[in-house]
Amino acid sequence: MTRYDSLLDALGDTPLVGLPHLSPRWEGERPVRLWAKLEDRNPTGSIKDRAALAMVQAAEAEGRLRPGCTILEPTSGNTGISLAMVAKLRGYGLVCVMPENTSIERRQLLEMYGARIIFSPAAGGSNQAVATAKELAQKYPDWVMLYQYGNAANAQAHYEGTGPELLRDLPTITHFVAGLGTTGTLMGTGRYLKEKVPDVQIVAAEPRYGDLVYGLRNIDEGFVPELYDDSVLTRRFSVTSYDALRRTRDLVEQEGIFAGISTGAILHAALSIAERVDEGERADIAFVVCDGGWKYLSTGAYTGTLQEAAERLEGQLWA
Amino acid sequence: MAIEVKIPTILRTYTGGEKSVEAKGDTLAELIDSLDADHPGIKGRLITEDGGLHRFVNVYVNDEDVRFTGSLETKLKDGDAVTILPAVAGG
Repeated sequence: MTRYDSLLDALGDTPLVGLPHLSPRWEGERPVRLWAKLEDRNPTGSIKDRAALAMVQAAEAEGRLRPGCTILEPTSGNTGISLAMVAKLRGYGLVCVMPENTSIERRQLLEMYGARIIFSPAAGGSNQAVATAKELAQKYPDWVMLYQYGNAANAQAHYEGTGPELLRDLPTITHFVAGLGTTGTLMGTGRYLKEKVPDVQIVAAEPRYGDLVYGLRNIDEGFVPELYDDSVLTRRFSVTSYDALRRTRDLVEQEGIFAGISTGAILHAALSIAERVDEGERADIAFVVCDGGWKYLSTGAYTGTLQEAAERLEGQLWA
Repeated sequence: MAIEVKIPTILRTYTGGEKSVEAKGDTLAELIDSLDADHPGIKGRLITEDGGLHRFVNVYVNDEDVRFTGSLETKLKDGDAVTILPAVAGG
């Protein structure tokens, strides 16, 4: 059934597609196959729709959100866009705190959905956005901060959605690879899969930015999301802008999938896992396509040499 | 055995502003001791009093987080690249 009563009802149940060209061994008795979960097929084009709707529904059920309320959220973009759509449909206002070094498309989409944006300084990246949002929450106590980094509904959306969908579509799954930001995708999907598939490996890929983004004043200003539990993960990779861009281009050139830059980082980690699978072993590695490439066209990620594109991304938040 | 260690901005006060320095060791613990011998005080920023890695410090050997490869006991070999980064938010 592909008919829905509203856009929100069409959320989730995204396709899982094989990568016959990029997989090390697509055919044979012991294949090593890569599978892409196309989360760009969600209503606003990213995986964050899942967490956004779940967090709003949870806040409504708790009575924290009532018609006319204003939602406050620190976000580097996608969560804000998802929340802006949900807020519009459900009758809430939205204030996003977003680092100024994010792509112009993100701002335009947020404004189109009627969200108000408060920019936080580029230096310090999302840490600074989180700190600014926390200050605003104190100043405006009637605003409702959903706080994706510590909101259990974020991970729960993946425990109830992404995880079961993956197992249904790929019962032979051996690895799950996703991006590490709020950690919601990995915590929720990872917990579900580990309960059902005893030996499944849960692999995280996190972006490695230029120095500017790590411009904290001291180590104690560091940030680990409250949702994060490292016992859920098997391995964790840090991926440079260059490698992320390289894989983003491989994906479109070899498989026709036009994805955003964080997906390239995730594919890079998935491929390094795939390359290490022993000759006598099989593997079905599922990874997340977080969003499409549309929001990153203005960054120049898809034009010129990789080195040029990586230099243009220096100082930008791309995940 | 020399191993390249990338230093984040916040810790470059210990390395005279150098982005990247060389250190030695068969394990990460030994490498950090060697780093501290050349750049006194840096160990105290990486390791807590109970001997573990600081919660807001991430260390990667060849792009892989050492917390999943043996933490301070992670083995090192010639040509490995070690990257130290503060923990920051995504999302």
